[in-house]
Formats: sequence, structure tokens, C-alpha cells
Amino acid sequence: MTARTLLLGATASIAMAASAQAERGSDGELRLLYWQAPSTLNPFLSGGRKDSEAAGLVLEPLARFDERGVLTPWLVDEIPTVENGGVREDLTQITWKLSPGVTWSDGTPLTSADVKFTYDYCTHPEGGCAHQTKFDGITSVEAPDAQTVVITFDAPTPNPHVAFVGLESPVLQAAQFADCLGATASTCTEANFNPIGTGPFVVDEFKPNDVIIYSANDRFRLEGKPHFGKVTLKGGGDAASAARAVMETGEFDYAWNQQLAPDIIKSMEASGKGRFISEFGPTVERLVLNHSNPDPSLGPDERSIIKPHPFLQDPAIYKAMSMAIDRPLLVEVGYGPAGKVTCNWVPAPEWHNSDTFDCDEQDLEGANKLLDDAGIVDTDGDGIREKDGVPLKVLYQTSTNAVRQDTQELVKMMWADIGIETELRNINASVYFGGDAGSPDTFQKFYADVQMYSNTFGGTDPQGYFGNGLCDKAPTPEKQWQGENISRYCNPEFDALFEELKTAVGNEARGAIGRRLNDMAIEDGMMIPLVHRGRVSAQSNTLEGVVMNAWDSELWNIHDWRRAD
Amino acid sequence: MLTFAIRRLVLSVPTLLFIALVIFLLLNLAPNDPMAQVPLTIPPEVKQKMREALGIGEALPLQFWKWLVAMFWTEPKVLIDWLTADSLLLGWLPDTALYQGELRVISWQTRSPVMDIVVQRLPQTLWVVGTAYLLAIVIAVPIGIYSAYRQYSWFDQAGTFVSMIGFSIPPFFSGVLVIVIFSVQLGWFPSIYDTTLQVTDWDSFLRQINQMILPVMVLTLQITAQLSRFMRASMLDNLGQDYVRTARAKGLGEPNVVLVHVLRNSMIPVVTVIALGVPNIFGGAIITEQVFKVNGIGQLLITAIEANDLPMVQTLTFVFAVLIVLFNLIADLAYGMLDPRIRYD
Repeated sequence: MTARTLLLGATASIAMAASAQAERGSDGELRLLYWQAPSTLNPFLSGGRKDSEAAGLVLEPLARFDERGVLTPWLVDEIPTVENGGVREDLTQITWKLSPGVTWSDGTPLTSADVKFTYDYCTHPEGGCAHQTKFDGITSVEAPDAQTVVITFDAPTPNPHVAFVGLESPVLQAAQFADCLGATASTCTEANFNPIGTGPFVVDEFKPNDVIIYSANDRFRLEGKPHFGKVTLKGGGDAASAARAVMETGEFDYAWNQQLAPDIIKSMEASGKGRFISEFGPTVERLVLNHSNPDPSLGPDERSIIKPHPFLQDPAIYKAMSMAIDRPLLVEVGYGPAGKVTCNWVPAPEWHNSDTFDCDEQDLEGANKLLDDAGIVDTDGDGIREKDGVPLKVLYQTSTNAVRQDTQELVKMMWADIGIETELRNINASVYFGGDAGSPDTFQKFYADVQMYSNTFGGTDPQGYFGNGLCDKAPTPEKQWQGENISRYCNPEFDALFEELKTAVGNEARGAIGRRLNDMAIEDGMMIPLVHRGRVSAQSNTLEGVVMNAWDSELWNIHDWRRAD
Repeated sequence: MLTFAIRRLVLSVPTLLFIALVIFLLLNLAPNDPMAQVPLTIPPEVKQKMREALGIGEALPLQFWKWLVAMFWTEPKVLIDWLTADSLLLGWLPDTALYQGELRVISWQTRSPVMDIVVQRLPQTLWVVGTAYLLAIVIAVPIGIYSAYRQYSWFDQAGTFVSMIGFSIPPFFSGVLVIVIFSVQLGWFPSIYDTTLQVTDWDSFLRQINQMILPVMVLTLQITAQLSRFMRASMLDNLGQDYVRTARAKGLGEPNVVLVHVLRNSMIPVVTVIALGVPNIFGGAIITEQVFKVNGIGQLLITAIEANDLPMVQTLTFVFAVLIVLFNLIADLAYGMLDPRIRYD
């Protein structure tokens, strides 16, 4: 890791030397368009990515992920590891050393007390901090001297680089937020809207859900950066009109999160003013298969709780369902540059991506043969196969969303070709993902056979995400239907292997176990992965230095952005 | 007239309280969750803590009471403090310090006071929607008069045609259409409204006009279509009346007959329509504001609805209700002034 860091540092200094003559702020104004407007600049009070990214111009973490998902020192000189002594041998403690000379934009020095304060702020029981899971397992954050932060964990933690790392875990200034702890967090409007940070820009004006004006931070630690003197981040409208403002009228330089229909993307690129850029994180659109029985005739304490499902756990059936799906077509119709075919639960980062399965091509013949061989055939001549007398009829639900409804229609036709009848249903997203224990329509209750949604994890380590497959994580009425194991998949071998992951150290070892967990879950029919979804944004051709990043903020290296000559 | 006005004002208090209660119950009993937009990577326990921090889960009567107190007791204090401290009109009064940090109506999205955001959003809404409204009145009234006076002439037919277009083309189509023509193809006007532009000199004023043209164009077409139809119909009703024949018989000139006698009588229903349309100016134009990113009150309402930000939706809809009740009263009073036959005593 140090070698890599050194290399990165070397390339950075070469880049710096090349542009050393350019003065800070000499490239004028940078205009960003976020069609979902930021509501606050305190990322701890909002789970939304739009807010965290807008705040990221000002507030910075100790370390960030680069475009490949590799940890990069940010407010520190090196990433602590066991090898360099930054992480204790027994993996229960990590020590960060702040870079000397970093100051807040108000001129006061950044110290370890600020880092400790941020921990206190987010873990306050009444604060409702959105990113408190970043601090899970931490027993204390100490500041023995002004530059040293010591984080102690309650158990060996093979991935200690979670707190204060990445987009969602920046450092707040203790002096500014001292009176904003706990329940008073929401009364600190001034601080929440104008945080003082160490980043390349400072907030000049913040209008919630409308516009943010930033100017270059005179005290930013890198000489001659940022290249832009002013940033306008405008919000509002919709993705298509945001793309138009970059690609066709040229009024803006960068438009964020362009989930557009592939044909619109093509026609806009023809204007020649800009281009779409994409990068892939770990987000996967998947079909989750129900491992419990969702029969409506069952009572509320049995429906989608008692196991098994009448037919979905038969390997022939779920494998045939997967083989019958033409994934490249789903990508072409619904996602364009924002999607790739995947057969994996965790397709990224690279060291976790398993290559066991191949699902690039639709195989209707093979799927039909698989079902025939397993004796699951149509006995009564209605075109629908039966397993032990139960016809293969599935209820397939998802949230209301144009792309998802297109996908549903296509999958329904594909499954019809292998003798499975599909009933489609879509539910308003705020109800479906709302988690209201009283509603029968939440994705946690899963009163259907198959459902489709996307999920992902923060950072580059999927340990917690793999935890979503553990037996005891299944939603039940006793837990008010909370729980992440939506499919109710349960395999003791998976649980045992997960215990191994908890103690494995290093990307290589963790990746090896991760790939086995992934393969096990797919092999057992926990889900049918469909599309690996990326982030797409539009950038003007007059902009240089943009490096799209799916692991951190898209604006992570905004200090390097400049106007093309 | 005065007693009538006072009686109506007093009666409007229970009406408004009832409206507030209905809005509150509608919003709270409908399924919604402000955490629905939060990514799935945030676990349910954390979401639950975030909900608690927002005050969700308290008993409904308590929530309603808190909202009432914040709205009718705390917010007026903030307003009075602002009036005596910073406003041009009453700034000379000694500063009051009534507001002592009590809980105001806090938006769930931004964790900041709702009324502050409303005040921040009003200027662009008033500029764009207000200008469009005034412009529409100025255009629609003469069109309506002339169309009725020369009924079935080519002018009337053309007016009817344009009105039909204005009525039937929704702004999400006409807005995008004018953007494609005037921003993308011709490049004359911006497609995105800059809310940070301060009008300080001639140049910035021109820029303001420049960025207002497209949204105002779209809105004016819509409102003109509606008003000119009303005006025309009302003129037609009056032009055939006996008093018009009498006026002509005693030798009055045509301008005098049409613009004094007929117009005054025809304005009565039109004034009501205009007065009742004024609350819409404050309510903003949801779709047009979205299309041009004017980010006024309309956009505020729609984003609040999308984010399930109940305090914001509740407060905005209540403010609209107040305006509607108020302008109903103003319309009734205007009746009395325009028509001597109507007296309220």
C-alpha cells in the first residue's frame, strides 16, 4: 500500500509541477448541476448522496477511495496498516497521524480533537446521525496529541479503515459544532448550512434545495489549487433537462447522476458539447427469490415466515429462471452506459468479483431442458409447468419506476418461454422502501415470490453487506419486520464461512472468502443478479481533470479540475 | 362594509383551524416515510433513530399542538422581530427580542425553519409568476373586449385558436418546446434560471429580464388563454342588454358605450376570477418552475412532497389556504365597490 501511495504521490507531484504556473482560482467559474438539489451541507444529518457530495467540497475525511477503490491518504500522510505499525497486531486499534500544517478555512489548525469531536457528534444517542454505522464497534476515539488519533475497537477488526474514511465520514470542526450535539443538532442551521472545512472550497451562500455558491479556499493545503475560483452548484429539475444544459446548451459544465434512457443519451451525445462518463461501484439490480411461503391464505405470523417456498428452492427452477433471462437486452433497454451484465451479488471491487458464473447469453433451450430433466413439466396442458402439482406461477413485485417496469415486462416474456407464468406488481417507492411495519407492501415483508430492487454497500469492504445473507437477519414480526436478509435465505455453511471473513486480513484473503460467499449464495438461489449498475454523469468538453469515481464522491478530485485551453 | 369584513375575518379563524386539522390528518394518516429516500446501505436501526430525532412517532394530537404553537405563536414573534430590526418599513421602531430560541416549524429535509426557506423562495416566484400574471391581465382584457365586440371576426377566431392552444398544451410540453427552440437551437435565452442574480444595475436588470422571458412566456400563454375567455364571455353577456341599446339610442359614441358602460359591468365576474387567481401567484407554478429550475414556492412544495417532508408540506398548504380565504374576502369586497347594487349592510 505504501508503494502505491508513493506512486500516487509521485504522479500527483508531476501533475502539480506541470500546472504550477497556474494560480489558484485562475480558471474562473465552474458550474455544476445536481437535479436533486442538496438540502443541507451537514452530511451526518442526511443519508442522501447529493448532500454528502455537495458537502465534500468543504468537509474532508482522513482518507478517500480513488477511482479503483484503493485507499488514498487525504488529511494524513499515509494509510495506517499492520506493516507500518499504524494498526496494532491484534487488529483492535488503529492510529492515524494527521498531516502537519493542515488548517481549517478560518485559519485555525486541524487537530485530532476535531476528529474525536466528530466521533462524539455522530454517536450521540439523540442526534439521529445518518452515518453512525461508520463508527460501529468503536469503543473509544482518543487524541493523545494534536496530530494523533487513536481508535480502539471492541474486537479484532480486519477492516479498520471505515471511520473517517470516504464520502460519508468527513471531519467536522469542533469549534463550530460544539453546541450542536444531540437533540440540538437541528437548531444549528447556520453551522449545518455553512460548515467550515479543510477542503478546496468554502461556502459563500447556501440556499437549501436550490443553489450553493462556493469560492476557492485561500488556505487550501495544495499550492495553486483549486484551479477554479468559484463553483456554482445548482439544483432542481430532472435528469434529462440537466443533461441538456451540459450536452446541448453548454450552460453548465457538469451534470450529476444521469439515469437516462439509452436512446436519449445517444441523441444528446451527437451535439458534441459534452460527453457522458460512467464508473461502476458495487450496485446490483437483482431479483430476490423468496425462501419462505408468501401464500396469502397463511396468517400474518406465517406468511413469508414459514419455510420452504412451494417451488422456488428447487435448483432446476431458479437456475432455469436465471438462464432464461436475456441480460444484455435488459441492459440495452434500460441502462445503456449505466449498466453491465453481472451474475454476481458483489461484482466490485475487483478482488471480490467472482468469475465462477457465466450469464452473458440467454439460454432458453438449456433452461427448458433443465426443467424437463428435473421432471418439472406441464402436465395439464395449460402452458405452465407444475412441480409436484403446484403450477409455477410467480408474483413479481418491484418499486414504481419506468426502467423497472420495462424490465418486469421483458422478464415476464422470457419466463413465459420456459413455462413460468408471471404476475407483475409495482409499488410506490416510498411505501415499498418505507419500512412501515403496518404496511403489507414493504420489500421487507416480501408478500410475493420474486422481487426486484438494487442494493449496494459503502466503501470497498462488503463484510456488512455479506451479513445480509445470515440466517438471523431475516425480517420477522417480532423484529417489527426489520432485517436485511430479505430472501430469508439460510445456510449454516454460509454463516460459518462468514465468521471466517470477520477475521481475515488483507484484500486478497478477504476477496477469496468474499468470492466463495458470493458463489454460495448464488448457487443456493438466494437471488438472481441482473445488472451491475454504474454511475453516469455528463461533463462538458471544456472541462479537464475529471476522474469519475464510484467509490467516493464524484467530485472527490475537484481541486484538479480545470478549464481546457 | 367594515362590519361585514370583520365578521368574515372572524369567521375565517375556525375555518382555517379546521383546514389545518384536515391537512394535518391527511398528511399523517397517509402512508409515508421521510426515510424512504435514504439509501438501503443505512440500516433500519439508524433510520429509526433518525426518525426519532425528527420527532416522528409522537402522539398525533401532540404533534398537531406543537405545530399550532410554532405556527401561531413562535413564527409571529420571529416575524415581528424581523420587522422591527431589519425591514425598511418598520425598522425605525425599537428592536424587539420576542423570539428566545423556542422550537420553530422545522423542515425534515433541511433541519432548518420552514418559514425562512419560504421567505427565501418568495422573490423568484413573485418575479416570475407575478410578472406573468400582470402581463396576462394586460393582454387578456383587450383581447377579450375586442373578441366579443367583433364576435366571429377573424380576430375572434384567431383569439379562440390561441386560447385553445394555451388551454390544452401543458407547460411540461410548452416549456421544453421553448427551451429547445430558444435555448438549444437559437441560444437566445438561458434554460436555467439563476436565483442568485441580484438586480443592482441596468446590466443585471437586463440579465434578469433575459432569464425571465421563457418561463414568463409559458405561464402568460396559459393565464391569458383563461382570462381572455372569461372576459369575452362576460362582454358578450352585457353587449346584448337593454341598457346598451339605450346608451346607443341616446347618441353615445361606440368607444363610450363599450369601454365605459359595458366594460364596467363586464368586469365584475372577471375581477373575481383575477382576485381568486392571486393566491396561485404565491403558490408558484409547480411544473413551470421545475422545467426552468426557477426553484420557487412551487418547486419547494413538490420536492417536499417527494421527500415526505411533512412539516414543509403542511405549512405551505396551510399558507395557501390562508391566502385563498383572504382573497375570497377581497373578491367579495371588490364586488361591492364595482357594483352599487351589492351592499353588505
